[in-house]
Amino acid sequence: MQIERLSTHYPVRGAFLSRRDKAVKAVDDVSLTLYEGETVGLVGESGCGKSTLGRTIIRLEQSSGGRIRFEGRDITHDPPKKLIPARMRMQMIFQDPYASLNPRMRIVDTLSEPLLVHRLVERHEIRREVDRLLALVGLPSSAGNRYPHEFSGGQRQRIGIARALSFRPKLLVCDEPVSALDVSIQAQILNLLQDLQEELTLTYLFIAHGIGAVKQISKRVAVMYLGKIVELAGTEELFRRPRHPYTQLLLNAYPPPDPAYRRKQSRVILHGDIPSPANPPAGCRFHTRCPYAQQRCRVETPHLSEKEHAVACHYPLA
Amino acid sequence: MGELLKVDQLQIKFRSEQGETVSVEDVSFTIRHGETMAIVGESGCGKSVTSLAIMGLLGAGGTIAKGSVRFQDTNLASLPERQLRKLKGSQMSMIFQEPMTSLNPVMTIGRQIEEAVRLHLKSPRKTARRLAIDMLRKVGIPRPESIAKAYPHVLSGGMRQRVMIAIALICQPKLLIADEPTTALDVTIQAQIIELMKSLQEETGTAILLVTHDLGVVAAMADQVAVMYAGQIVEAADVYTLFRSPRHPYTQGLLNSIPRLDGGKGQRAPAIPGQVPSLREMPAGCRFHPRCPYAKDRCRERQPRLSFAGEEHQVRCWLAESEELESASASDDQRRKSVAL
Ligand SMILES: Nc1ncnc2c1ncn2[C@@H]1O[C@H](COP(=O)(O)OP(=O)(O)O)[C@@H](O)[C@H]1O
Ligand SMILES: Nc1ncnc2c1ncn2[C@@H]1O[C@H](COP(=O)(O)OP(=O)(O)O)[C@@H](O)[C@H]1O
Ligand code: SF4
Ligand code: SF4
Ligand SMILES: [Mg+2]
Ligand SMILES: [Mg+2]
Repeated sequence: MQIERLSTHYPVRGAFLSRRDKAVKAVDDVSLTLYEGETVGLVGESGCGKSTLGRTIIRLEQSSGGRIRFEGRDITHDPPKKLIPARMRMQMIFQDPYASLNPRMRIVDTLSEPLLVHRLVERHEIRREVDRLLALVGLPSSAGNRYPHEFSGGQRQRIGIARALSFRPKLLVCDEPVSALDVSIQAQILNLLQDLQEELTLTYLFIAHGIGAVKQISKRVAVMYLGKIVELAGTEELFRRPRHPYTQLLLNAYPPPDPAYRRKQSRVILHGDIPSPANPPAGCRFHTRCPYAQQRCRVETPHLSEKEHAVACHYPLA
Repeated sequence: MGELLKVDQLQIKFRSEQGETVSVEDVSFTIRHGETMAIVGESGCGKSVTSLAIMGLLGAGGTIAKGSVRFQDTNLASLPERQLRKLKGSQMSMIFQEPMTSLNPVMTIGRQIEEAVRLHLKSPRKTARRLAIDMLRKVGIPRPESIAKAYPHVLSGGMRQRVMIAIALICQPKLLIADEPTTALDVTIQAQIIELMKSLQEETGTAILLVTHDLGVVAAMADQVAVMYAGQIVEAADVYTLFRSPRHPYTQGLLNSIPRLDGGKGQRAPAIPGQVPSLREMPAGCRFHPRCPYAKDRCRERQPRLSFAGEEHQVRCWLAESEELESASASDDQRRKSVAL
């Protein structure tokens, strides 16, 4: 998938008359390529536009500018009918799968529905296909006869994944799929996603705020701040040598699970709150919180460099 | 340092239409003056219920069925209602994950802090106002004079939590109970709140009972740690011992399942198999046995007690004293030593 200069703006409701045509630039001029079979992690503080980007690239949200190419074809403005085949190959899994499962439907019915509607398998093969899907996500066939509330959070996430897989997708947007789960269960789901990726050659856009999960699963990581990607690099490179001041401070904010690090804590802390995306700072959007900000940063917007380790900063760290 | 809070063999029950459930069983720990003790464990293990019981906030269906809570040598159960209420707020106070639930949406922030001061310190209004503004400044609220006149909804989540901390600490309590104080916040804001709590503690000497599911937060703040699983403490030690040489298989599993930041990409985190049991289907014997890689027949039949594995290091596991686990944990230790970030 290729994303070029993509933007998604939401109209501001109840805005003052004077700024009636203002919009929340939830995603602003983002370019990113997802290669087949890879995982790109997407991190950033809440409200920076991660979910909006994920929803826009699979056309759950209409873009305000830019282009989306999927499997070589421009799908940016495909009308709904024409979009269907591509849309089936791009699925999403959510933080709370419960919200996307019908509480009154048995799991087998939830999983059969898309198979029937889109005639993905013959009618008499449906139960076998459902069992196959359940087995793929590590659930017994008997799970099919139960209802969503009978499952724990981790099991429900497995069902959410099975439902996404029923469309035989190539691309999965994973929007905080483990954030609501306990640590011990997070590891189970991450491992499952990794196994499935290998088995089915899936491509993931993996959104998370837990940096450890992103590190484990991603080949590359993109860091977002107020609607823009500010840094994009190979996972190890990004963690070892963050070049954008925001990335460095964000990584710094995660308390390592080791009390020994407490002593070393002349830790630099990222001060202040995230500015409103309806009214982002001019120039570099990070300048209001950046310890290295110069005069130039307040007026001139830095662009993401076109290097393998891409960074959008006038004065990147060494 | 002397003992401030002593929780002894606490058992907490809830009554409902479906009958009685025991959510917390045989929980004992001590918090000394000025120290931070963390209770850590997965959701539903009984962390919040334990802290609510200490504050006498269990609500209608919940009771302390056995055991005692002693605060500065006073058994809280024996205190008359009025004295208990006085103690809460002045000597011990609590903050929660979602500050909005405990802030009054129709009262200005300044007024809410003033009320707390007037209630417990009996200060005149003018002094109360000054104290309130000082406190807002101390918890890092910018422009405290104007924020004092604002209502809670205009503040961000992080700022609201700062206000809650201001209210909780204004009477200089000896104990602050913080139940997942940073869980709803972005990690950048969490780092600010952790720093704030640590610096205020250094200044005032308030002891903190920190309830969290996040081992990173524990490592950053705690002196002592109790790990809970399925309503019981399974391991308790000082923070260094707990992270360096955990003895309970559950603690080891938890620490191992944190994704490593130094490992190569695609590295798998060893997950703990299975799920946390529900209160109604508590396994016999050791409650962890269905998920434990070392479970033996004895574990399935008899429940281990919390016993000493070292001075001030307690473990609830049959294997804790045998060599078997010693060697098993040694290799895990090696692994963990290389955990970086
Ligand atoms: N449907 C919507 N209508 C209006 N604004 C929205 C909508 N969805 C998200 N936003 C705004 O867009 C910004 C980005 O939101 P989101 O993509 O959900 O961020 P993230 O997933 O990184 O937390 C936020 O300021 C949010 O308030
Ligand atoms: N008001 C209540 N009524 C009945 N059961 C409760 C109540 N509050 C908590 N419990 C039960 O007690 C157990 C421990 O809950 P809690 O202390 O909230 O867990 P956590 O460790 O996530 O804070 C859970 O199984 C929960 O269902
Ligand atoms: S461009 Fe300037 S303000 Fe922005 S991150 Fe770089 S140094 Fe900081
Ligand atoms: S008592 Fe047995 S089952 Fe329980 S943690 Fe110890 S070894 Fe595992
Ligand atoms: Mg989101
Ligand atoms: Mg809780």
